[in-house]
Amino acid sequence: MDAKRYELNVQLAQMLKGGVIMDVTNVEQAKISEEAGAVAVMALERVPADIRKDGGVARMSDPAMIAAIKKAVSIPVMAKARIGHFVEAQILEALRIDYIDESEVLTPADEECHIDKTKFSIPFVCGARNLGEALRRIAEGAAMIRTKGEAGTGNVVEAVRHMRTMNREIRQVAQMPVEEVTGFAKTNGLPYELALKVKELGRLPVVNFAAGGIATPADAALMMQLGCDGVFVGSGIFKSADPARRARAIVKATAYFNDPQKVLEASMDLGEAMPGLEIGQIPPEQILAKRGW
Amino acid sequence: MSVRLVGDEPGIIGVLDLQGGVHEHLEHLERLGLPYKRVKQASDFADLAGLIIPGGESTCLARLLTIFDLKDVILQHHSRGMKIWGTCAGAILLATEVTGEKPCLGLIDMEIERNGFGSQLDSFKSEAFIGAVSEEPVPLTFIRAPKILHAGEDVHVLLRMDDYIAAVENEHILVTVFHPELTGSLAFHRYFALKCGLNPAAEKSSAADSGWKNVSWMKLARIAS
Repeated sequence: MDAKRYELNVQLAQMLKGGVIMDVTNVEQAKISEEAGAVAVMALERVPADIRKDGGVARMSDPAMIAAIKKAVSIPVMAKARIGHFVEAQILEALRIDYIDESEVLTPADEECHIDKTKFSIPFVCGARNLGEALRRIAEGAAMIRTKGEAGTGNVVEAVRHMRTMNREIRQVAQMPVEEVTGFAKTNGLPYELALKVKELGRLPVVNFAAGGIATPADAALMMQLGCDGVFVGSGIFKSADPARRARAIVKATAYFNDPQKVLEASMDLGEAMPGLEIGQIPPEQILAKRGW
Repeated sequence: MSVRLVGDEPGIIGVLDLQGGVHEHLEHLERLGLPYKRVKQASDFADLAGLIIPGGESTCLARLLTIFDLKDVILQHHSRGMKIWGTCAGAILLATEVTGEKPCLGLIDMEIERNGFGSQLDSFKSEAFIGAVSEEPVPLTFIRAPKILHAGEDVHVLLRMDDYIAAVENEHILVTVFHPELTGSLAFHRYFALKCGLNPAAEKSSAADSGWKNVSWMKLARIAS
């Protein structure tokens, strides 16, 4: 990926700011999402809540299903590849979708290496729990970051934890004298040049969305007020009682995140949210956020 | 709702702040020393000389304009003389005809096709000489851009490329399918300010602002103060 292509890829993410990216598993859901005002859809075979329930190995979706979704909507289409599975990424690039999510929601293919994203022309978004993880992914070529949260739980607590951690570390780096950055970078595994960039910019050098457990308009507005640039909603929409209505409500609340009156209106009469999971009750080996490093 | 005419007061340029590339436009306006603000409530439009509808996703923006009753507000202010510039998604919202879909604001006579080039892999950068706007070539950034297929008789074509039109205007509306706010060039922002009757500070001769970087917008979206 040359510098010009990388810039274009970062800039596509900029155009998604303030928007909601929705997980969809078929053409019908993709159309509902587009109609509701999603800025992009994430095409996958099973939403995270079902992946969690079914167990087994979760892989890249059938390209035929992704192609059908791509044909059905005009908004950007994203799809997931397994962490480290660069051939799944090659397939998705050959399919000419708009963005690849190298995602911990799928079963990792490599426990040592993430994908060398600089080898691709297509943009990548990657999950992160803290500043170091985000900057390592950017160093590997990611054009966009999202917090990992804990996908498929309908519980926003991990997304909040990851966003607060990232923001706390950004503030630390921004305020420390430059001679302290080397040590901080070493301790926390930050690529040094990118750490200096964060210090200068006072934020991540690419767009950062929140993901993992967002289930209500209030959850979306909470993440926006914590300083993210937009939100991913996975299982939260199509595992709820009235997906179209909830999807529209989350779009409204994300756009007017700072306006309690509008978030209130968006929160009325949505029917049942997806069933939630207490993080403490998930067996440690089933925590998705721990996948990747 | 009170609708004021733009008279002696110079007025402000507003950037529609619902979704998309808002910061990038604000940063360019700041660079030109123009008064600007974000607009997202009906009352925000009263003192606007011009409105920029940024790039983003047009289906999302159209839906939000409709549910929050901002469509009529924009139409009313347009009829009192507020100028409007749409970039990319904004261009789609302004067209009278959108291929295969219903138009949104319908304020400039043209047919536009959403996502006219293909996927993100088909996004590209280019440059062109646009005499009316700048004495120097203007850098162009197309991101999943729409194509203007044809423009009406009262519409002036500013830039024609291969088989499509990339920039047009009429008396009140300016349209670009590319993103001047994603380049160092201030030429289109200056051009729009003049269209709004405002006086941009920077010299016309310098199309590119050398101080601009692709992360310049981030000073308006910092986490650390």
